[in-house]
Amino acid sequence: MQINRELVRALERLLGRDGVLSSREDLLLYEYDGSVEVARPQCVAFPRSTEDVIGIVRLANQYKTPMVGRGAGTGLSGGALAREGGVLTVFSRMNRILSIDIQNRRAVVQPGVVNLELSRAVADARLHFAPDPSSQKACTIGGNVSENAGGPHTLAYGVTTNHVLGMKVVLPTGEVVSMGGAAVDTPGYDLTGLFVGSEGTLALVTEITVKLTPLPESVKTLLAVFDSVDDATETVVDITARGITPAACEMLDGWTLRAVEAYVHAGFPLDSAAVLLLEVDGLRESVETQAKDVAEVCSLHHAREVRVARDAAERDLLWKGRKNAFGAVGRLSPTYYVQDGVIPRTKLPATLRRIDEIGKRNGFEIGNIFHAGDGNLHPIILFDARDPAQFKRAVSTADEIIQHCISVGGSITGEHGVGMEKDRLMPLLFSEAELGFMRRVRDAFNPAGLLNPGKIFPSGKGCGETRIRPLAVEGSVAG
Amino acid sequence: MSATAKIAWARVADIVGEQNSSFDPGELAAYEIIGVTPGGVARPGSAEEVAELVRMAAADRLGVIPCGARTKLEMGMAPERYDLAIDMTRLDRVAAYDPGDLTLGVEAGCGLVKLQSVLADHRQFLPLAVPWLRRTTVGGTIATGVDTPLRQLFGMARDYILGMEFVTGEGVAAKSGGRVVKNVTGYDLHKLMIGAFGTLGIMTKINFRTFPLPLESRAFVARFDESKGAFELRDRVAESALAPLTMEIFSPQVSGLFNSDVAARMEPKPLEPGLLSPKHWAFTSGFAGNEAALSRYERDMTGMAERCGAAGVTLLAQEQIAGAFGRKREFIPIALESSPATTILKVSVLPRKMNEMVTRAGRFANEVGVRWAAMARGVGVIYFALLPEAQDENARSRTATIAEQMMAAVARLGGHATIPWCPREWKRSLPIWGRPREDFPQMAKLKTLFDPNRILAPGRFVGGL
Repeated sequence: MQINRELVRALERLLGRDGVLSSREDLLLYEYDGSVEVARPQCVAFPRSTEDVIGIVRLANQYKTPMVGRGAGTGLSGGALAREGGVLTVFSRMNRILSIDIQNRRAVVQPGVVNLELSRAVADARLHFAPDPSSQKACTIGGNVSENAGGPHTLAYGVTTNHVLGMKVVLPTGEVVSMGGAAVDTPGYDLTGLFVGSEGTLALVTEITVKLTPLPESVKTLLAVFDSVDDATETVVDITARGITPAACEMLDGWTLRAVEAYVHAGFPLDSAAVLLLEVDGLRESVETQAKDVAEVCSLHHAREVRVARDAAERDLLWKGRKNAFGAVGRLSPTYYVQDGVIPRTKLPATLRRIDEIGKRNGFEIGNIFHAGDGNLHPIILFDARDPAQFKRAVSTADEIIQHCISVGGSITGEHGVGMEKDRLMPLLFSEAELGFMRRVRDAFNPAGLLNPGKIFPSGKGCGETRIRPLAVEGSVAG
Repeated sequence: MSATAKIAWARVADIVGEQNSSFDPGELAAYEIIGVTPGGVARPGSAEEVAELVRMAAADRLGVIPCGARTKLEMGMAPERYDLAIDMTRLDRVAAYDPGDLTLGVEAGCGLVKLQSVLADHRQFLPLAVPWLRRTTVGGTIATGVDTPLRQLFGMARDYILGMEFVTGEGVAAKSGGRVVKNVTGYDLHKLMIGAFGTLGIMTKINFRTFPLPLESRAFVARFDESKGAFELRDRVAESALAPLTMEIFSPQVSGLFNSDVAARMEPKPLEPGLLSPKHWAFTSGFAGNEAALSRYERDMTGMAERCGAAGVTLLAQEQIAGAFGRKREFIPIALESSPATTILKVSVLPRKMNEMVTRAGRFANEVGVRWAAMARGVGVIYFALLPEAQDENARSRTATIAEQMMAAVARLGGHATIPWCPREWKRSLPIWGRPREDFPQMAKLKTLFDPNRILAPGRFVGGL
């Protein structure tokens, strides 16, 4: 897209010269996120305050230029990419924790605060910010809010929306609105509930009031090793049906765990068909029993071994294996495509069999590493981006998997967002009238369509237009 | 009745059938809302019929209000227009229940008791221990946003509703969310429907995440001479590793309310004698777990209560809980029947500000001599019930004074308050929906979008929405 020099100069006057990037080399860094999508902004702006954001919004309106919010750029659906160019508004300099109220378990943060930094800031008081995406060392709370991010521990603790009480936002018209607040049950419509997870299409968020959650008194992490994928998935079905809610229940299949083991050395047995990484937490008195119950169910479904992490170091190592899995996969293939479908947990065994069958039929090896306890799948399809035919086949294979998720009552995305990656799949879940209505909600807040255009709603462009870039090996994070 | 309206009635019967519509004034009286009686009632049997009724109403600009068991119609303001009541109770099917997935879809008109019994067959439940439990429907519960003691552990309905189907004010059948426990597909429009009093849409189906019934639960009560000790105990428990199911603090007057015939009617199971006393503030908390965990709760809470200066503590075994829990759940209906002019303020403040808030509110009420009773939830919500001896001008003006003082006090403490219940004649002179809010224009925007003809429960909600 042509760079509007006049706009860049106006932004520089607003934010200072070090507050704007517009050279080709600089912009290259901002044309991607954690997904397979690419889109280059016209320029990048770094606000330091709500007033700066208002200024950016006014200029974008004046120059009729799109604007897109961005945190750390770890998103997995292209939510923070400037699909139609424009001003990419990066919140990395709005990274202050504005207040922490230990007694009432609240914090007010700017959107650029890194997820894990907030948890670290309150760790001494034995509190944390519960949503824990695998990218939590890098991703920002503003990004978490936009995408309604999840993570392994959301099984017991809930996703971002369950932990946000209020926000200050700048609407794309330049109006500033405060919604919700530190006290619960704000009278009126739940605007906070609507804006969290709206993928940056309704407003730019400048302040977030969150709940802080106590760290559990006791934690036990178990690794259950299986000789068949079916046994592992049946274990998850049984754990769920028995009403045991672990804090986390993650699965890695044989292919994935071998990839991870080669990279992280977490101690996953190389000859196994699947492992479950399970965690129970809470009161000491409950955790012992829960861990025993979970281990029993695993054994009942022929786990050949159930290992309990002896100490924090072993526990951290197991989690390191899980959280760095996508980095490990990146070492094996220049490009991969991760999906985010969700299914009812009762359908796990059949769905995993189906994914395997779909992969084989289309000539792909598909790895599975996912939030089994939530039924949130992350099948990984490896392909070579240099081969357009193979890429096309990878996308159609992925679509076949998603179709299956929907056919058993599931959804196309559990935590990564629709963004510019799954917009074309939306009609599989929503009728034209339903999508039309959601679009009108967007238009009510974003009347000129300048904020994050080309997201969530199908644009009518075919998947052939999806551009692909090779994924960076190190630091790739997902799920 | 206008000529347009007459034509509309024939069409209502066309849509839902003669037997499912009524224009008989005798029957319609039961659908009255704060002095306004509709011209007709329709009992649709499907979401399509609801949509068709709304389209008809939109074309004729008829005011439409959905209702279930009609237990909470006294909340909010009187409708500006109310031509047609849409009685949702025929839409009462449990549409999809997957016990193994702990998910459920249910039609809005389903009674909560019926729903809980379906769940109980699989040892599951929904943490909706709401007032009027024995009669209320799922839709009415969600539309009015009433809360439950169980929110202490499980959060509010917004935390466990997975998706919804609803009909907008233009009669468009819409949906958002889904059936699975994790989902970020599209906007969470269903969150807007919760507590919106039917002003944005008519919910037809609601999908929930369900929960396993706890193995065993018990309860703990500690009595204190002053409110300070009771709230301090709340703070200590909140700061400990304990995660109780419920935590409520009751003012001394609640003892009288809960030991009354009114309470016995609302909750037939008896209240353990001596649990509450008219001289004491009471901290009450329920918890669940295995034997070891239950003993830990009892041991820790007893120790903490002693350190907070409790005058006495009582432990309740599982079989002794029902009477106390039922009263706690039904605090609002019990309070409403305990005075001819009960006015209940719902106050939200940060949990650590609750003692200060209750203390001030009590002082305001005492200064003008109005009887009161309070229930505070651990999460920072206080139900402050004013119980005047009569419904007269004197009582009204004293109530208005207290309400005004409380609204000012809560604003200073960074919270907010509404008056969900009061005599209908007083509604216009009291700040029912609290003070005006900065985000109101955005709410108005949504109202216009969802209901451009202003036909859905017009005027019932915040700021006349």
